Amino acid sequence: MSELEVRTVTATAARRRRRIGIGELLALLFVLFLLAATLVPGLVSTADPNAIDARAAFSTPSTSHWFGTDESGRDVYSRVVAGTGTSLLIGVSATAIGLSLGLVLGVIAGFGGRVLDFTVNRVVEVLFAFPGLLLALLVIVIAGPGPVTATIAVGLSTAPGYARIIRGQLVGIRSSAWVESARVLGHSPTRILRRHILPNALAPLFVLATLGVGQAVVWAAALSYLGLGAQPPAAEWGAMLSAGRTYIGSAWWLTVFPGLMIVLTTIASTVLGRSLATRSREA
Amino acid sequence: MLWAVATLTFFAIRLIPGDPAEAVLGGPGSQASEETLEQVRRDYGLDQPLVAQYLQSLGRLATGDLGSSYALKVPVGELLAAQLGGTILLAVVALALAWLIAIGLSLWSTTGGRVAASVGQGIELTSAALPHFWLATVLIAVFSTQLGWFPPVSTGDLRGLILPVVTLALPLSGFLAQVMRGTLLDTLDSPFILSARARGEGEIGIRLRHALRHAAIPGISLSGWALGYLISGAVVVETIFARPGLGRTLLQAVTLRDVPVVTGVVIVVAVVYILMTVVTDAASRLADPRLRLEETR
Repeated sequence: MSELEVRTVTATAARRRRRIGIGELLALLFVLFLLAATLVPGLVSTADPNAIDARAAFSTPSTSHWFGTDESGRDVYSRVVAGTGTSLLIGVSATAIGLSLGLVLGVIAGFGGRVLDFTVNRVVEVLFAFPGLLLALLVIVIAGPGPVTATIAVGLSTAPGYARIIRGQLVGIRSSAWVESARVLGHSPTRILRRHILPNALAPLFVLATLGVGQAVVWAAALSYLGLGAQPPAAEWGAMLSAGRTYIGSAWWLTVFPGLMIVLTTIASTVLGRSLATRSREA
Repeated sequence: MLWAVATLTFFAIRLIPGDPAEAVLGGPGSQASEETLEQVRRDYGLDQPLVAQYLQSLGRLATGDLGSSYALKVPVGELLAAQLGGTILLAVVALALAWLIAIGLSLWSTTGGRVAASVGQGIELTSAALPHFWLATVLIAVFSTQLGWFPPVSTGDLRGLILPVVTLALPLSGFLAQVMRGTLLDTLDSPFILSARARGEGEIGIRLRHALRHAAIPGISLSGWALGYLISGAVVVETIFARPGLGRTLLQAVTLRDVPVVTGVVIVVAVVYILMTVVTDAASRLADPRLRLEETR
């Protein structure tokens, strides 16, 4: 009887794992496109992103210029493709910075004993009083504007959130039944950390990272848009949007398409992050 | 808490390379003479040791004095007091609109069957992903340039408030609706809803009278975070719509490295955040009788 039950449960779990929803599929395809645009931009772009053609300035979107052309006649689609690498690099590095800082703080709080836990929690709480872009703006006041400082600024301002989530995860795992039993069996603390706690903490980290990249891309683009990150001649999405704003009345495609890429990137990262989360919970 | 924010900001600001006295006189390009620099240092108390400066700024803060702006040469307190109202109005109206949209959306997506559920989920996901700066630009392009319904820059009246409020509210409503729909679905499966159904209450009545209250609780605790999110969004929105306010003042101060103004804005936002935490705690207690019960025990 019990064997029968086990078999049915695993069977449904396996079936559920194999099924990929239409949303997940689209998100995966979009991420593949982004990766292609980053690694081999020549493969997906239709023209030289910096080729100036004054006669073709402000062409509306057509079959030869999918996203139209800008004030210098540059192909907007190819510039969006060329900007993918920069935008993704900023987003991924910012997430990496925020996540590693959050990991350090979270581990210190989760394992460092009561005093350290208290201290880190207070620090994180204070940092929470600088909501969203505010902490990033403070970093930029100190370090000056530019793509590198913008990346670091976004990374730093996401760190407190990560620290809190990671600490919660670690505390949950530490007090779980299997860690308890490993301790009772007399396993050494390092072995418990390596064999039981870290593997269980890593899967949620992966989910956080996937969800975080989209947000980091948006924030970095916002800083570029405000003139504090990448500067306009660069083919970065936020900077392109900012440059196209001047012509919003006559040439909407200059702002709409780079923005659409940001929106789609965020949606894709959210969809994939969530599906990873449900999968890791089921597995 | 406030002390920690002030201390952190004070020492973070000291990390800025360059002479603050030069910043007062308009940056390194101003070619100020040594005497003028000395004079400025004395005026702003920059010639004193760091600890003295720190204690002084804390003392001033305790009396509500935020110092005076390097660039505009006016007291920061006055400057921010003039800007605060506009931003608070913007943020509060946006928060209210976001709540309305979120409630409507989550009610509709949990009552309308499978199609409504997936369409609602799609709307939530998309609106949560909309960046303020892009949404603002698109709204201006459609409603100002094409249709001419609303002014592209803020005029100070109600019509000028609409586009900025929608820009701030739409992404936030996506976040709120996601959280509310989740709780709403869980609540609708719970035994007390079953008993309400058994009593013969209608589906709409059940949601409005019983389930919505539960679904509002996580949304309410999110609202403290949401207001902070709105104020940081106000930096972008106020800049685009040329609305006077805290956010635009902050951005200008960041660009000019006007340290007292940046510090002032940070402290004001921290105060707002702390107040909002108190308010959301009280609001969750109103919405959730279990919290009140715990206290009396």
